[in-house]
Amino acid sequence: MWIRGPYGTSPLRKGIHDMGTDIHADGGLSRRHHSETTLQVNGKPHTLTLDHRRVLLDVLREDLDLCGAKKGCDHGQCGACTVLVDGRRVNSCLLLAVSLDGCEVTTVEGLTADGEELHPLQRAFLDRDAFQCGYCTPGQICSALGAISEAAEGHPSHVTDPSVPSGRPVPLSRDEIRERLSGNLCRCGAYPRIAEAVEDVVR
Amino acid sequence: MSGIRTVVGAPAERREGREKVTGAARYAAEQPGTDRAFAWPVPATVARGRVTGVDATAALALPGVLAVLTHDNAPRLAEPDDPTLAVLQNPEVPHRGWFVALVVAETPEDARAGAAAVRVTYATEPHDVTLTAAHPEAYVPEEANAGYPARTERGDPDRAFDSAAVRVDTAYRVPPLHNHPMEPHATTARWDGDRLTVHNSGQGATVVRDTLSALFEVPAERVTVVSEHVGGGFGSKGTPRPDVVLATMAARLTGRTVTLALPRRHLPAVVGHRAPTLHRLRLAAEPDGRLTSVTHEVTTHTSRVKEFVEQAATPARVMYAAPHLRTLHRVVALDVPSPSWMRAPGEAPGMYALESAMDELAGELGMDPVELRIVNEPDTEPDSGKPFSSRHLVECLREGAYRFGWAGRDPLPRSGREGPLLVGSGVAAATYPVQASPSTADARALPDGLFLVRVNATDIGTGARTVLAQIAADALGAPLDRIRIEVGSSDLPSAPLAGGSSGTASWGWSVHEACTRLAERLAGHSGPLPGEGMVARADTTGRADAVSPWARHAFGAHFAEVTVDTVTGEIRVRRLLGVYAAGRILNPRTARSQFVGGMTMGLGMALTEGSTMDAAFGDFTECDLASYHVPAHADVGAVEAHWVDENDPHLNPMGSKGIGEIGIVGTAAAIGNAVHHATGVRFRELPLTPDRVLPALLAR
Repeated sequence: MWIRGPYGTSPLRKGIHDMGTDIHADGGLSRRHHSETTLQVNGKPHTLTLDHRRVLLDVLREDLDLCGAKKGCDHGQCGACTVLVDGRRVNSCLLLAVSLDGCEVTTVEGLTADGEELHPLQRAFLDRDAFQCGYCTPGQICSALGAISEAAEGHPSHVTDPSVPSGRPVPLSRDEIRERLSGNLCRCGAYPRIAEAVEDVVR
Repeated sequence: MSGIRTVVGAPAERREGREKVTGAARYAAEQPGTDRAFAWPVPATVARGRVTGVDATAALALPGVLAVLTHDNAPRLAEPDDPTLAVLQNPEVPHRGWFVALVVAETPEDARAGAAAVRVTYATEPHDVTLTAAHPEAYVPEEANAGYPARTERGDPDRAFDSAAVRVDTAYRVPPLHNHPMEPHATTARWDGDRLTVHNSGQGATVVRDTLSALFEVPAERVTVVSEHVGGGFGSKGTPRPDVVLATMAARLTGRTVTLALPRRHLPAVVGHRAPTLHRLRLAAEPDGRLTSVTHEVTTHTSRVKEFVEQAATPARVMYAAPHLRTLHRVVALDVPSPSWMRAPGEAPGMYALESAMDELAGELGMDPVELRIVNEPDTEPDSGKPFSSRHLVECLREGAYRFGWAGRDPLPRSGREGPLLVGSGVAAATYPVQASPSTADARALPDGLFLVRVNATDIGTGARTVLAQIAADALGAPLDRIRIEVGSSDLPSAPLAGGSSGTASWGWSVHEACTRLAERLAGHSGPLPGEGMVARADTTGRADAVSPWARHAFGAHFAEVTVDTVTGEIRVRRLLGVYAAGRILNPRTARSQFVGGMTMGLGMALTEGSTMDAAFGDFTECDLASYHVPAHADVGAVEAHWVDENDPHLNPMGSKGIGEIGIVGTAAAIGNAVHHATGVRFRELPLTPDRVLPALLAR
């Protein structure tokens, strides 16, 4: 069994199959190197036959029409594609989707069901005017959610006081927020407002 | 009615905000459709030469690949006004990264694999991509960007300089810079017979429509360009870029809807960049600080495709009173990608140099740098002699000095120390011209009591929808929630692009006129409205573009506090503070975000952003976001923006000046001056990265 990193607790997982050798009757060559993969996205299961080259970001945007996660660089450099996989924030442009069979994925669309109240973080972004063009915003919000969880679980950051015993929840000071969100670039320069919005939620 | 005209100036929330925080806002590449195909470009891998062959056999044999466009089979275009749009029209390679083929395929993965399989052969020629101040091919162009004369001269600057009591003769260098909006340039194009529909990431859908109409020789009424949400542009999406043309070609050739989202690493070569600028400044002053002579000479590069001259010497024509003044631009055409607009073209690098030199002069004079600027406040615009419509630079400097806590600062360099950190503060002024272009708009009163205002403005993140609705509400005397506003489509009344900090002035002017006219008509109307409502239209041609007898500019003052680590050479900006005089601020919430955003980009220009033209290969080595460092959260500490009230009747009906660019203008100089104050070392080349700073600290 080949396994990937920290994602691995879902009972939905099953072994890889269709190892690129069979040719479907309809698609000929174009169906090679595809595998059936099930992803739980925003609470709904999706079983898809996926090109092995397809990254999670493109599954969300092209297969599921969830365009909240953005493609800013496609190289894990900007964070615009940040979503949560099994509760942890990831750059979805760097994850091959077939490696995520059985995983639970949460995107910005999953934070607000249609017509329902905004997530407090989304509300705080509006209140603080924590964006301009909006292209990095879904990634910032998902990243902030992940960062809040990580701090609560006691994961230290570069600016965490090293004398604090590990594993204890880390209070999210302004410096902690800025450090922990530094993987999410914003060219409009909304950083101070974003940090304020996150503070509003964790206070 | 006048009693409720309080909407303008209120901190209204962004109208599209909910769509943006929920992920519902759709950008140009996010247009689903069952017949959609995806394109991936093939950039030239030589710096100069011509394509001798494109072998698409292997690419076409790959699964999913639909077509490979080259100069041999691409649709022929009418000659564009902008030669960078003449893609796949001939085999010439004017610079590395120029697109030489385009692969269209069923999926993004297929297109990318296809592009990797295209084999291109070249006949190469020697290239020259290196800018030097003494380059033998440097020439003085007829004009610099935006139509400014390349050279101005008043009095005898050389003689005045030679005979002056206090002098500064200094040189600065600003490297190539990249806009890098978070959304890469993207287009989705579809032909329905002879009708073309394009979703595009540009800063103005009207200009994109008109360009496509001309290139593909289709009447403009059969072209619709939609730019509903745009993920930033900062000038690099001002006019159409090659993605628009390529996607439209590919859609025509394949009969499919085609999306082309440019890969991030392709951007520096094809969407424009801020050209490097080499500055020489000569300032001369009386012992009391009054300038007697100012000379600002700039040498920059352009491509061999077109001439674009960064107008970096123009701010010296506006800023300070000096009886003898010379400004000069020289340019060298090299085998480099075509430069273009990047936030405050001209002012950003020009004011870095001028305001750094002013700081050096303050040091020579032993004078406070705030006071030096105040002493040199002119009565009229130095270059033209025109009176200023309003100018409150002195107020910005004083207000900023007060808020920043400038008083009592020890002017002695290297006087602030906290353990291994040197601490310093600096100031710089900022300026940006007031501009406006003609625009049309219409406003309709609907029977249900709502008003529909339509204008092809583009909201690239500025909050255009929001502030235009505020302007409409005021002109109509209606509550803000009764205004519906439609922007972002070329099917709406034509309007200029979002650029030159002129969007709100241009669009708002026509919205104001249409709404004012509608309000008058409604006042004279009795009884219920007809089913289609009542409409009024406006076209500001002849007024928005009228020559003004006034010199119209926004001004500002920037203050920075930095720490410089003597162990690592790392500079951190603790505080940035800007105070602006920019006419009437129409929405303080969105205005603050623009000012702070500009200052943040200025922080990047000062400390982290810099690109290198590789002499051997002819490409920008820092071509992606891992190597070209835009500021991240951790780089940006306390950033404050304030403004002084300005009531200027010589601008537009709203009394506003543009605010999108001035925030970047003085920021890099303020930071550089603070670094000098902290360290006693004057750095004259950006960015101030540790590899430059540490050796200088150690050598001191």
